Amino acid sequence: MEKAVLVDMTRCIGCRACQVACKEWNERKVVQTTFKGDFTNPLKLSSDCYTNIRFVETEKNGRPVWSFVKDQCLHCRYPACAAACPVGALTKTDKGPVVYNYDKCIGCRYCMIACPFDIPKYEWDSTRPWVQKCSFCSERIKDGMLPACVKTCPTTALCFDDYDKVVAEAESRLKKYPQKYVQHIWGHHEAGGTNWLYLSDVDFEQLGFKSGVSDVSLPDYTWPPLSSIPAKVAGIVTLMSAIAWFRGRGSQENDKS
Amino acid sequence: MKKDNKNTNINSPWIMMALVLVVALVFAAIYRFYSGLGAATNLSDDTPWGLWIGVDVLAGVALAAGGFAIAGAVYIFNLPKYKPIARAAVLTGFVGYVVVSISLFFDIGKPLSLWHPLIMWQPHSIMFEVTWCVVLYTIVLALEFSGPYFESIGARKTAAIMTGRPVLVPLAIAGVTLSFLHQSSLGALFLLMPGKLHHLWWTTMLPYNFFISAIAAGLAMVSFESIIAAKAFHHRLNPEILQGLAKGTAITLLVYFIFRMGDILVKGNISLMFDGGAGTLFLIEMIFFVLIPMLMLFKNTRSTNGMVVVMPQVLVLLGVVFNRLNILFLAQYKQGVSYYPSIVEMAITLGLIASIIVAYKVAIIKLPIMALKKPYTSFDN
Repeated sequence: MEKAVLVDMTRCIGCRACQVACKEWNERKVVQTTFKGDFTNPLKLSSDCYTNIRFVETEKNGRPVWSFVKDQCLHCRYPACAAACPVGALTKTDKGPVVYNYDKCIGCRYCMIACPFDIPKYEWDSTRPWVQKCSFCSERIKDGMLPACVKTCPTTALCFDDYDKVVAEAESRLKKYPQKYVQHIWGHHEAGGTNWLYLSDVDFEQLGFKSGVSDVSLPDYTWPPLSSIPAKVAGIVTLMSAIAWFRGRGSQENDKS
Repeated sequence: MKKDNKNTNINSPWIMMALVLVVALVFAAIYRFYSGLGAATNLSDDTPWGLWIGVDVLAGVALAAGGFAIAGAVYIFNLPKYKPIARAAVLTGFVGYVVVSISLFFDIGKPLSLWHPLIMWQPHSIMFEVTWCVVLYTIVLALEFSGPYFESIGARKTAAIMTGRPVLVPLAIAGVTLSFLHQSSLGALFLLMPGKLHHLWWTTMLPYNFFISAIAAGLAMVSFESIIAAKAFHHRLNPEILQGLAKGTAITLLVYFIFRMGDILVKGNISLMFDGGAGTLFLIEMIFFVLIPMLMLFKNTRSTNGMVVVMPQVLVLLGVVFNRLNILFLAQYKQGVSYYPSIVEMAITLGLIASIIVAYKVAIIKLPIMALKKPYTSFDN
């Protein structure tokens, strides 16, 4: 059964326990950071940071609002990164996670460019670099456990369940509290749908969610040219052979003569 | 290398400069493999693809398209006028594709796994298809190029087979097919990025735009190097060939212009051209690198003076580089992020270009490339 997570940003208190749990479970290196006048720390995702909380200040009804946005791989239902990868190092699993196989990866970094959310990060300082990103704790899910970040969240801001149940829960919350929420489940249709879904009380674009992400699943753009290759090959070879035959009648001499 | 210098006319100042760049390339390569991409390049999570992918791969493959275009003209369309430059065009393609493969070896994070796509199939990936087509087409070029090589070592029977129509016609057809597939697929790589690449460039027609512009660039490259080689080797070039190439480039540019503008018109994106920023880049691309060279070439299709086409053909070459770089960097555009290639990146790109020049010149001296009817010694001044 396909799993999903609902991130209800109205319930997040910005404690960053998820960040810590993620780093511990995935044994990511601790990197020294400095205070930049912003509570976001580290400032962005990296090969050592699969998830972080962005602290965003906005205004609503003339009053300042503080929002806490959890960034991590959204685990697209039809991932562009997996369609990009020339060796199948990134794959979508039945349970939802988009997982990475470092044995296959050649380091072309097309996944990083292809991702509509700029999620995959690279180990630039290594001479045997891997791509790094949130794995949706696929090993934990396989064993019936919760992802590390969900497990540790103290306020039920993160809710893990079957995809359909998570969508139904999000819809019921929107219906139950129409005043509280922006009436949009972010990730329901974006990029063809993602397995991480967001609810917010502040406009998503103001929180740095990418605008201009189409609702079309991105691999739908590259599959038509790929699937038509046999037809194209047959067509071009036939056409070119015919031209060569018509134009070449009578000239049997070879290159040397 | 030293030995060659004495026996042939390889030691011109240009070639010496190229050799210096090749030596710099070797040092830069050692540094890149020992210290990793992070230390050697200015690439980052914000700009994962830089100079190497933009110039060496995207532009390089387009500039090497002359090989399939001329082979197709001679052996499929049976235009014998271009036979004298067919071998030089195939040489350009062959050297170009070998250098593209070498540049990928520098660029990918784990160079020793470069062979993975041949074993680990992923037919849903454009990159997988490009890899296969490039490998197969490089083999086709090597076979096309084996004729002159066998001639030079005196293996006459083999040479006669490899230069016969029964071999060259099928190879030309394979070349056109494979080139259509991967030249267009380099554009299709960016189809996954409708939300990132500016919509003056992103279109489902992108593969065709790449293919058509590659033909223009390939013809311009063949034309440009024919002129340079004729000058360097004091060898007279039939002006009809340059006229024909000029006409070919001009017509291809016209098709490209109509195709691209028509697509933008149909999609209703005309207003994007005048939004400053990316729109300005688009206008520069279309006016200075498409319209102006096209008009200059159409004007001079009957000129017997080869030099008048140099300027517009060079504009076409620069144009394809400009176009590929625009697409590459606009697709990665993020506010507040800038990228400028590091010394190592530049040394490797310049070194690879220099090694193309050296390889081209050595091949022309050593192998019967330039004129089919004369033995190669005749252009050894």
